[in-house]
Amino acid sequence: MNAPMSDNDRRAALAGMGESRLRKEDPRFIQGKGNYVDDIKMPGMLHMDIVRSQYAHARIKRIDKSKALALPGVVAVLTADDLKPLKLHWMPTLAGDVQAVLADAKVHFQMQEIAVVVAEDRYIAADAVELVEVEYEELPPVMTPQAALKPDAPVLREDIKDKMEGAHGKRYHPNHIFTWEAGDKAAADKAFAGAQVTVKEELFYPRVHPCPLETCGCVASFDPVRGELTTWMTSQAPHVVRTVVSLLSGLPESKIRIVSPDIGGGFGNKVGVYPGYVCAIVASIVLGKPVKWIEDRMENLSTTAFARDYHMTGELAATKDGQITGLRVNVLADHGAFDACADPSKYPAGLFHICSGSYDIPVGYARVDGVYTNKAPGGVAYRCSFRVTEAVYLIERMVDVLAQKLGMDKAEIRRKNFIRKEQFPYRSAFGWEYDSGDYHTALDKVLAAVDYKALRAEQEAKRKDPNSPTLMGIGIVTFTEIVGAGPSAMCDILGLGMFDSCEIRVHPTGSAIARMGTITQGQGHQTTYAQIIATELGIPSDVIQVEEGDTSTAPYGLGTYGSRSTPVAGAAIAMASRKIHAKAKKIAAHLLEVSEADLEWEIDRFQVRGSADKHKTMKDIAWAAYHQAPPGMEPGLEAVHYYDPPNFTYPFGAYLCVVDIDKKTGETKIRRFYALDDCGTRINPMIIEGQIHGGLTEGFAVAMGQQLVFDETGNILGNSLMDYFLPTAVETPHWETDFTVTPSPHHPIGAKGVAESPHVGSIPCFTNAMVDAFAHLGVTHLTMPHSAYNIWKTLDRLGVNR
Amino acid sequence: MAKKLVTMKINGKTVEQAVEPRTLLIHFLREQVHLTGAHIGCETSHCGACTVDIDGRSVKSCTIFAVQCEGSEVLTVEGLAQGGKLHPLQEGFMQEHGLQCGFCTPGMLVRAHRLLQQNPNPDEAEIRAGMAGNLCRCTGYQNIVKAVQYAAAKLAEGEKSPATA
Repeated sequence: MNAPMSDNDRRAALAGMGESRLRKEDPRFIQGKGNYVDDIKMPGMLHMDIVRSQYAHARIKRIDKSKALALPGVVAVLTADDLKPLKLHWMPTLAGDVQAVLADAKVHFQMQEIAVVVAEDRYIAADAVELVEVEYEELPPVMTPQAALKPDAPVLREDIKDKMEGAHGKRYHPNHIFTWEAGDKAAADKAFAGAQVTVKEELFYPRVHPCPLETCGCVASFDPVRGELTTWMTSQAPHVVRTVVSLLSGLPESKIRIVSPDIGGGFGNKVGVYPGYVCAIVASIVLGKPVKWIEDRMENLSTTAFARDYHMTGELAATKDGQITGLRVNVLADHGAFDACADPSKYPAGLFHICSGSYDIPVGYARVDGVYTNKAPGGVAYRCSFRVTEAVYLIERMVDVLAQKLGMDKAEIRRKNFIRKEQFPYRSAFGWEYDSGDYHTALDKVLAAVDYKALRAEQEAKRKDPNSPTLMGIGIVTFTEIVGAGPSAMCDILGLGMFDSCEIRVHPTGSAIARMGTITQGQGHQTTYAQIIATELGIPSDVIQVEEGDTSTAPYGLGTYGSRSTPVAGAAIAMASRKIHAKAKKIAAHLLEVSEADLEWEIDRFQVRGSADKHKTMKDIAWAAYHQAPPGMEPGLEAVHYYDPPNFTYPFGAYLCVVDIDKKTGETKIRRFYALDDCGTRINPMIIEGQIHGGLTEGFAVAMGQQLVFDETGNILGNSLMDYFLPTAVETPHWETDFTVTPSPHHPIGAKGVAESPHVGSIPCFTNAMVDAFAHLGVTHLTMPHSAYNIWKTLDRLGVNR
Repeated sequence: MAKKLVTMKINGKTVEQAVEPRTLLIHFLREQVHLTGAHIGCETSHCGACTVDIDGRSVKSCTIFAVQCEGSEVLTVEGLAQGGKLHPLQEGFMQEHGLQCGFCTPGMLVRAHRLLQQNPNPDEAEIRAGMAGNLCRCTGYQNIVKAVQYAAAKLAEGEKSPATA
């Protein structure tokens, strides 16, 4: 007989929380056996392609589809007029606005959807797109929010020109969407009026795009005999999509199945419901055949959800010795042609009012004005929790601006203003209750790791040396995120509370399946979720199957974005596990003929207190649950939990970046990037590190090169991978990672969420480093992206390159 | 459009099919040969998700016609594992967490396979340069570098890459 396993062996066999467990997703991906939307083929499947506007702002005078329809292999061409009888030519957005599914008499941005072509193969569909003739009457485009709000600006949204009561209050101009305020204006104004020192800076955050490697697409398949619609879709929120499709189509939700199969990255780009999805579904319903629509890259970059485009003005009031006494923020937000931001519905500027950051700022006021322009709609996260990226950028830049004005060290000013460890839970001036944090320890650890004093000394020497070929900059960021949206009292999307869910079934032989309302897009849920259950229930994670993304099998959930999977669904998993655990304990007591109070839980079993040989493992209990349950107890061993979080979670971190800028060319070398993250309890350190590498790299891309640029006539100039910067392995810096652990006190396992922190934190860190390199020359801000050309222009303006 | 007969060897097996002359290799592989490992990320040769190996060269199959591959030997990700055994690169990507969403992975693997044929013992800079035609949005490349190093070490230990036989 084998010797009994030691506790450590039994614990290791579970591969539970804290283990760097290899990923369950990998075997299929490394062998080319993933199942992405474009891999799905169905008998008789048709292909859809989209006719798009060449102008940013124009009236449609005429659409002639006859040539396209005459092309052999073309099955249908649909325009807004064809969708009108179905009342589907417009659709509601997530932000309380409406959006044209196909342009109705007018186009509002370049590349807007005008018509769709359905054909027998994708090449014929592409040919037919060229044959649809559209006659336009050009209108003057409005490309900035400042221009849009001029009294004589062209009215962009004629469909709502008389509707001056918007989804978020009064509109004061036809191109104005909302004004949203947070904090206390009077108190903030008073703090500024009496301040010893104030600083103010204009901070434009350019329009960027998440650009996942897989574009958006779907396969819609309506079965006219059964009256059932199945749609495979690149969606980060399949359950919400099902509800939206039901509301739009009139089909009962029970006859709609939305499946998010493997998804090739999302980063917020795949949260929205796009015209392409709607048209493919309509085409399938009308034609009774499966219809596939797959975006190309230019369509993806041009039309599906962009991020940012915030024109921010930040102000800080402070004492002479650097104690911050007040914050004021004003934002003009460019939302494009339709307000299709994906935010909790009460928050048209998302969670932007986390903008007091990691600092104990007594009063604050923020105002955001949303504005229409002739650009694509969207306004998604891009790897952040609802505008927290903009908020962190603002406060982390402003703290540096203040430090420069006071001649203070940029680490010291942060230490001086940090919310102290003993102040948690901490209520901010904007009303948030930060759950936990230890900012001083995090920053001190980073400064020690990089020998901050030596770096500053080196920088000082370089600044004094006229022969130094480079400018050296040191960027520091100490961010606080707000993730895990969210408590349903505060957060809903289309009236749906932002809970999430988990269903666990333990099978008779002791293996289990868990289904969740979230959907992985590379985060490794199939691996990490099983680890939570393994630790909670003592079932080896290798025999726990995790399924997500199929609305017909998974419980309802709001999906994966805003770093909400671990804070919300991860909690649902723990709570569902604990329901099973409680039932298992009753069964164990029955089997062992003791009272529940006599039992203790030990890794994978209940044992009688003081006599470990009397025990029942979870495997024993599972078997018993199906044929030997205590009298009066229903058989089976399963549970469902819908978790409505009591609060957000607040991950934080301290980042430091060292840059060397070539004085002649403006080329920047990222010498060092040190990222310390605190995401609370760590479920899988390997996956956490991978998420941080990825987030830092996307932050690097945004700070150093990404921007969706438009010319004054509304042409989008950055919509291919030739023009839109995605860093390769060559440009991407080497990342150093570190961590502290400050668990969330309100989360069942203390976890806070991590994947977006590195994006949120790194972007201002790069900018702070770049500005720091020029700080001795009086520069207080540089607008992203910090491409070599943009930096060269600054070098040239200052004469540094001569 | 009149079709042309094209014959090529894909992952060691001869494939003969009729294609439109304008059919891109990636569509031929994915739609007609049902090898969906290689993906389409940009259709402009930038992202490398469609990378396959043709006659010993890494090629982006989104910008080459299937008819141009007449008589060629093509290797896709599906041909890397041999006899039910993963290629050291596949093992390396898994061990070193060199993938997340998995969309770029088939192209990365096939490209890395050719890189190690050309340079069996690359240093980090050579790996980064050698993989620069393949974009990844998830990993930040650091673990991809480690995965290639893992495979290089494993192959140097004497495990021959079966796909090169």
